[in-house]
Amino acid sequence: MTAHKTLQPKTVGMLALMLIAGSTGDILLSKGVKQIGELQHWTPDVFLPFLVQVLTNGTVWLGISFLIVCFISYMLLLSWADYSFVMPASALTYVLVPVLARIVLNESVTPLRWAGVSCICLGVVLVGLTPPSTTTAHPDSAAGQS
Amino acid sequence: MRTAVFISFFVLASTLGEIGVTHAMKIIGEVHSFLPRAILDVIGRAFRQGWMWLGFTLMALSFFAMLALLSWEDVSFVIPATAASYAVGTLGAKFLLRETVNRTRWLGVLLVSVGVALVWMGR
Repeated sequence: MTAHKTLQPKTVGMLALMLIAGSTGDILLSKGVKQIGELQHWTPDVFLPFLVQVLTNGTVWLGISFLIVCFISYMLLLSWADYSFVMPASALTYVLVPVLARIVLNESVTPLRWAGVSCICLGVVLVGLTPPSTTTAHPDSAAGQS
Repeated sequence: MRTAVFISFFVLASTLGEIGVTHAMKIIGEVHSFLPRAILDVIGRAFRQGWMWLGFTLMALSFFAMLALLSWEDVSFVIPATAASYAVGTLGAKFLLRETVNRTRWLGVLLVSVGVALVWMGR
């Protein structure tokens, strides 16, 4: 993303699709996994039955479908937009997921967690404001498009 | 402790995975058509790139770690906690790749780290 170019509608649309599909996918994945229960041990005899249960759960598959849509839109977006633009823009997920978790899953989101989410978003935006390449002195190396 | 271990694994695998996918997509070039056949063609070309397979495998491993994390913790905790990848990525760029990291980026990384710490404390 550079200042001399306006944001193209296809970039906004693809970014919105990526954010909505990703957040919805995370929520559905969480809902599905919580239906199965807690993974007690990370040993094959416990993990494999857990994985089978996860992969036969409809909500998990719906979540995976949304995450596949998110992944494809992420891939397509990266084919023309700079990673340094996509990275901070995708930080909106950190806000969307707690909001959806509060509404859909009735999760208790503490004020401290909201404060943390705000800090993370601000930090990611700051990281995104820095030029993608700071190692070489060539000004052209920072030029990109979105 | 196990949550910290799995978040660390998730952060490492997903960050390296994203780098692989990004590199593969840059090799493929810009996508202009969104017709299903064109998208399938792009996906097909992407998966002929070794970088895509490396990225995809690491992202699959991070997915399994995510499943375990979601079985233990709230999603509103897990997703913000994984933002630690921004700090890890920058530290890796500085100390492994010897990249120059400017003050604004360090400030951003500091804010992300404080944010993750607050999310952790608000668990």
